Amino acid sequence: MTAAVTDPLIAGHTETEESTPEAEKMVLIACSDEMDKAWPVLILGTTGAAYGMDVTIFFTFWGLNLLKKPDAGITGDNWKQKMLAVFNRGSTQHLKLSKMNFAGMGPKMMGDLAKQYNVSSVPELLTLAQDMGVTLWPCGMTMELMGLKTEDLIDGLPDPAGAGSAVALMKESSCNLFI
Amino acid sequence: MEQIIADVTLDLEGLMCPMPVVKLAQAIKTVDPGGIVVATATDPGVLADIPSWCKSTGNDLVDMHRDDAKVFHFTVRRA
Repeated sequence: MTAAVTDPLIAGHTETEESTPEAEKMVLIACSDEMDKAWPVLILGTTGAAYGMDVTIFFTFWGLNLLKKPDAGITGDNWKQKMLAVFNRGSTQHLKLSKMNFAGMGPKMMGDLAKQYNVSSVPELLTLAQDMGVTLWPCGMTMELMGLKTEDLIDGLPDPAGAGSAVALMKESSCNLFI
Repeated sequence: MEQIIADVTLDLEGLMCPMPVVKLAQAIKTVDPGGIVVATATDPGVLADIPSWCKSTGNDLVDMHRDDAKVFHFTVRRA
């Protein structure tokens, strides 16, 4: 198996800090920006890193919203993209639930439950993932489609990648999950 | 039983998944091979998660037990 970092196809991917060159890889495809999808993605990702695995999370489509800066504002170049931004505030701080959203009361109550039972929040887990060296990969095609620029996303991300790179990485990975 | 001297003590009480395993992984990196991490936790998930993590990462679960106050105590030696 060749080392991932020297392969130009997946050049944007860097080894997770906690892993060794022979570490097993884990790839999580984050396709949703809902709280109940973002949460397991980040819990599994940080736990994979805790196992010494080389973890990459590929954020695509709605999942890319999770990487938006909280204060990104109205992003996009044309009116369709700007409308997307109005309806998709993004970042890990303003998440909906896929069900029982109750116009925002649902996520608020879920957040309260998390505090009460000491479960780490989605923003906390995203920061933890970055600290643990989990690669957070933004999908380049989604960025183009939705008019999101590098400066609209959080700092410290590698260059955007596409399906070609994701598949190359998944072929080398022992654990691929689509959430 | 031999006297176990902890190199690092972790208080994981009140922390829920994934934090116990994550914090243990971070703590193990700070001790030398043969070093000992002693931890307490309240998340019932540690009963399954800590042995799984130790087995998978090749670290040694020296002891794991629950006291009368329902607090889990476990001792891990870095391989």
